[in-house]
Amino acid sequence: MAEKPNFSGWSCPLPLRDYERIVIGHGGGGRLSAELVEHLFLPAFGVDPSEELRDSAVIDLAAQGLADSGGRLAFSTDSYVVRPLFFPGGSIGDLAVNGTVNDVAMSGAQPIALSTGFILEEGLKMETLARVATEMGIAAKLADVRLATGDTKVVDAGQADGLYINTAGVGLIPEGVDIRPGRATPGDVVIVSGPIGMHGVAVMSKRESLEFGTEIRSDSAPLNSLVADMLAVTSDIHVLRDPTRGGVTSSLCEIASTADVGIAYEESLVPVPAEVAAACAFLGLDAMSVANEGKLVAVVPAEQVDAVLVAMQDNTYGREACVIGKVVEAHRGMVVAKTTFGATRVVDLQLGEQLPRIC
Amino acid sequence: MKYLDEFNDPELAKKLFADIERVTTKKWAIMEVCGGQTHAIIRNGIDQLLNDNIELIHGPGCPVCVTPLGGIDKALAIAALPDVIFCSFGDMVRVPGSHRDLFQVRSEGGDVRIVYSPLDAVKLAEENPDKEVVFFAIGFETTAPANAMAVHQAKQRGITNFSVLVSHVLVPPAIEAIVDAEDSRVDGFLAAGHVCSIMGTWQYGPLVDKHQVPIVVTGFEPLDVLEGIRRVVIQLEEGRAELENAYPRVVSEEGNVPAQKLVGEVFEVCDRMWRGIGEIPQSGWRLAPAYRDFDAELRFDVGSIDSPESEVCRSGEVLQGMIKPNECESFGKECTPRKPLGATMVSSEGACAAYYQYRRLDGIEVEVSSGG
Repeated sequence: MAEKPNFSGWSCPLPLRDYERIVIGHGGGGRLSAELVEHLFLPAFGVDPSEELRDSAVIDLAAQGLADSGGRLAFSTDSYVVRPLFFPGGSIGDLAVNGTVNDVAMSGAQPIALSTGFILEEGLKMETLARVATEMGIAAKLADVRLATGDTKVVDAGQADGLYINTAGVGLIPEGVDIRPGRATPGDVVIVSGPIGMHGVAVMSKRESLEFGTEIRSDSAPLNSLVADMLAVTSDIHVLRDPTRGGVTSSLCEIASTADVGIAYEESLVPVPAEVAAACAFLGLDAMSVANEGKLVAVVPAEQVDAVLVAMQDNTYGREACVIGKVVEAHRGMVVAKTTFGATRVVDLQLGEQLPRIC
Repeated sequence: MKYLDEFNDPELAKKLFADIERVTTKKWAIMEVCGGQTHAIIRNGIDQLLNDNIELIHGPGCPVCVTPLGGIDKALAIAALPDVIFCSFGDMVRVPGSHRDLFQVRSEGGDVRIVYSPLDAVKLAEENPDKEVVFFAIGFETTAPANAMAVHQAKQRGITNFSVLVSHVLVPPAIEAIVDAEDSRVDGFLAAGHVCSIMGTWQYGPLVDKHQVPIVVTGFEPLDVLEGIRRVVIQLEEGRAELENAYPRVVSEEGNVPAQKLVGEVFEVCDRMWRGIGEIPQSGWRLAPAYRDFDAELRFDVGSIDSPESEVCRSGEVLQGMIKPNECESFGKECTPRKPLGATMVSSEGACAAYYQYRRLDGIEVEVSSGG
């Protein structure tokens, strides 16, 4: 075999310069999305590139001289452009609430209030909007969060796909809690809160009218109560991520890269429902890279795993929580999977959206 | 799950690995022809777990990879025309031409759509009578019947605003070209199961007889691949060269006869350029004269497109099994899935892309606690 290739600095050969225009993959949650943030938004906004990015920003009121002591806010926003608007197990409405609730919760915060911004297309049926709004109300009640302020704009017919929603949320981070990707430490254990891949497959099968025997339902759910239950047994949770676009793979890759640690997981431990596995095999997708809307990935110190798992399994949204891998010293910045046959392979961020294979 | 779990069972895999180990006494080089098999081998690490005597050579069976750059540039030029809806399978959309890919054409205002079936493109043509709908008909024998059906239906229903850009390739001539190559090292072949589900196994008997090389028709799940390897090794060790079908749950000797009939009516065999390999005689399909009106190449005048391939890319050698992807100097450096220099880095089924995706670190020990 020839000399082994050197991969130092391979990750970003030609950031952004390849693209003169936005392509759909820039919104896919993969490498293109990350590059857009890193090379366009952060420099434009004057953000220190070394600042750690996470699902929600943390605003330390005391450190900014806004409060005498304590008081850290988690603050996050997300826009929802899902098509179709209604799908098995959820809708754009409950997604808009749960998604932002979960982003805030991934800092360990309990969400207090959400803003809701609507961009409506001229001609949208009033009945559709009412249904979406009702589902948002129900989701907010379930998550125990207030929909506190809102805005509505209407654009000409043809300028939006029915309806887009933006929500932003704030929450208060409990004293002593410091949850962020950079805290992943070799020896830590990686947990997922339940079966993966359901949301992405549910939406895709509905969108493309693909039937896979049994109906796969989105897992859309608020995770703030689950996070609260986990923090009740230990405040020492190192990382939480909600593996939405880009799936669990994206979350693990981001954690490995941010914390400069290796992550190793075993494929046989990853809970993939049979229907999701079948749909993924059919479409040539990887369930680990398919979106979830009601799952979290947790990185916790080894000594806390048992207690955290028990707490998770006692919560409706963590019933099937399990360990899938661990944080290691080796292969820093990289995620490696052990296959069911016992071989190993590198796991990488998708470039943009996953595309079905030809045959 | 039926047909998934059974063919991924680690215990059965262990047995097959042991069986292969037991029967192997010499060094053998086996080529898996199809990109889907390459993907299964690399994703599951099958090549890492086989004994050192068995070398797997990754063949040219990824349709996306072997479509010439000039063909992709032609597709991009047609897709960029006003009033054209350009339809493609998903993995073709990201394949870069000389300067851009179909996603970029879309961002510049081109109407590019991913479809799951060419019949969806015919439907689009019906729904958009004021547009020209073009389907990028690439692939091996597997995708040909659906593509043929689309053209056939369009003709029957008098849909005149539908056409196909055809770049079909055929497996048997490619196998022939590989065994005929002077420096060929391939001792036996795993033939592509899904191609054979359409074409049957009858085309391969003459190849086996002529070249005295074992060919085993093989499926795509990990255990299918292992069983194919086991059967090839047994033949080689016993000095036999025969055609075997290790994928009988899908493949029959005669294949899908109505599909073959349809394909034979709509397409005719032609010489075809293979990216990275060159022209192989009688190795492709183009539209037969009766269907020539549906040929997008004739319908749209996009000028002559001559796209030179990268000079440093060694994908031709990879496709013919002469080098492994990571033996190429450009692998992982100038050449990544993001900026592929050649055929085999572009599709997820390409050997270089599979190596890049899964095999950048060899020999890592992975230990995972199975607690919880």
